[in-house]
Amino acid sequence: MSVTVYVPRDAAALALGADATATAVEAEAKRRGEDVHVVRNGSRGMVWLEPLVEVQTPAGRVAYGPVAPEDVPGLFDAGFLTGGDHGLGHGPTDQMAWLKGQERLTFARVGITDPLALDDYLAHAGYRGLKQALELTPAEIVAQVTESGLRGRGGAAFPTGIKWDTVLKAEAPQKYIACNADEGDSGTFSDRMIMEGDPFALIEGMTIAGRAVGATFGYIYVRSEYPHAIRALRSAIDTAREAGWLGNDIRGSGTSFDIDVRVGAGAYICGEETSMLDSLEGKRGMIRPKPPLPAIEGLFGMPTAVNNVVSLASVPIILDRGAKYYADYGVGRSRGTLPIQLAGNLKTPGLVEKAFGVTLRELIEDYGGGTASGRPPRAVQIGGPLGAYFDESHFDLPLDYEELSENLGIVGHGGIVVFDDTVDMAEQARFAMEFCGIESCGKCTPCRVGSTRGTELIEKIMHGEDKSTNHQQLLGLLDVMENASLCALGGMAHLPVMSALRLFPEDFGLEASHVE
Amino acid sequence: MKRQMATTRDLDPDLPYDTEAVAGILEHWRDIPGNLMPILHDIQAALGYVPPESVPQIARALNQSRAEVHGVISFYHDFRSAPAGRRILKVCQAESCQAMGSRALTADLEAELGCGLGETTGDGEVTLEPVYCLGLCACSPAVMIGDEPLGRATVAAVTARLAAKGEVNP
Repeated sequence: MSVTVYVPRDAAALALGADATATAVEAEAKRRGEDVHVVRNGSRGMVWLEPLVEVQTPAGRVAYGPVAPEDVPGLFDAGFLTGGDHGLGHGPTDQMAWLKGQERLTFARVGITDPLALDDYLAHAGYRGLKQALELTPAEIVAQVTESGLRGRGGAAFPTGIKWDTVLKAEAPQKYIACNADEGDSGTFSDRMIMEGDPFALIEGMTIAGRAVGATFGYIYVRSEYPHAIRALRSAIDTAREAGWLGNDIRGSGTSFDIDVRVGAGAYICGEETSMLDSLEGKRGMIRPKPPLPAIEGLFGMPTAVNNVVSLASVPIILDRGAKYYADYGVGRSRGTLPIQLAGNLKTPGLVEKAFGVTLRELIEDYGGGTASGRPPRAVQIGGPLGAYFDESHFDLPLDYEELSENLGIVGHGGIVVFDDTVDMAEQARFAMEFCGIESCGKCTPCRVGSTRGTELIEKIMHGEDKSTNHQQLLGLLDVMENASLCALGGMAHLPVMSALRLFPEDFGLEASHVE
Repeated sequence: MKRQMATTRDLDPDLPYDTEAVAGILEHWRDIPGNLMPILHDIQAALGYVPPESVPQIARALNQSRAEVHGVISFYHDFRSAPAGRRILKVCQAESCQAMGSRALTADLEAELGCGLGETTGDGEVTLEPVYCLGLCACSPAVMIGDEPLGRATVAAVTARLAAKGEVNP
């Protein structure tokens, strides 16, 4: 009887050698005359254990990792095809402490299924959300999403249902769904993991969105840095179309929807929704002033629902299980779950999906296992390059949109980057300004000029030049950038800089009293 | 009619790039909304770069000004106006990789290859480029060689990978 062995195809697993491991498993099985079927699944999110090899046994899936090609003969010797003990063994995957406490709703299938196999998707609750949606009116779908409390997971946290309602009520000959897969924030990779590990969930979510707002066409704008995600999406879209889950008159429902994948070209700013729309139109990715909102006047001037990958991929389970099921997770006005990405200097980093309200300490110490270097953690940046830095005194903060906002930070796209005590926070602040300058679209002066002047001012402070004056000038400049920039790039670049100044003045050679 | 005229002019054998390849790409994407980005990607995939001399050909086909086309090419970090080295090595410069030593890794790779970020090695083998996040933040520092990702990258691992690839390709 054939034994199924899973070796992930996720780019992070590939980056740690999963292809060579998969080849080694197949070769060793052949050499021994064992009937082994290798499935290339998504990643379970335990990136420190990649390549994580799983074996399907009668008692469930058993995990081994990290498995290098040279470990493979030993695994066969230890009888891993029947779940045998081995030094790299972790027992039943579902019972592993790191996974067991997670609340995987959006990521329910990631790492479990063959991401490109439609039958596997259907066997794991796939397309149940769309089937529900096809029974509902557009307004009823929008109401479900609104009641679920889902907010934009890309970073802006705008209620998805309210956005959809605006598009639904807009009258136009053509409407669009534009999926923002330009996941540029450092420390984030949940969109990539969905696209590579469960692309049909995104396709289903977009199809539901199309029916909800009356759009018949959608674009997925994926960054060029994600070649594996691009290939997975294109393959899944072709498969869905062939099976009648995309195209005209989907499964005889009268609803039509199709999707095209478009590739970015290395511009961080195209993760901002209006820049992304300009890029999709074949232009420079320049910010558009709002209003008009994209929901009213978006892609090619038509009403457009712009949603992040995780937001859209969360829609099928909301339709399948109901708004209340999803909203029962979370705290306050942060409902549902958040795929949190643990990155940087951590011993056991990866993807943790939990209900809102989990504390930073649980994430960094329990899931992350402390720093990889073994040195004390000193700073944590949450929410990407435009997110604030925090120090250890904030580790008991719950991850929740409102709580972080009260503490002058953001949840953003849910990325957490940990630095140990060797970090130079003045250099991190300088980099934040420099990055803003490199990636500014140039449309508004505060961002275009302010980022360069800000970099210079921080450099002067770092060199001890006229500190007090330059510090005052920097504060004034950041205030202008925050209040006068057209979009979040210039408008939020003060967050990493101000938080670094406030919490780590000594790195700038400033007295704490200066930065109060 | 208009297209035919353009085609005759585009196939000027004196132009220093494959005008026929570009014409084929333009034809493939003809009349598809928002087609400039995929056209530029396809040209770069076919020719290795977007020749500045191809801008008039692209502009005519799309009924845009040369300035508009040039403006798009120059806006995006990915599009190059000159050929790159045989392989492209992208080294992540963003925060998660910084936290795991990417600044030192970058400096060491620059020393090892003898070229800086944005430059190509003297033998034309490798172009070294900065990239701001590869989404491999749970195995930082990360690099990408062509389409192949490498996590927890070290100078030794990167150079070994470059050398191995050198043997495969003649």
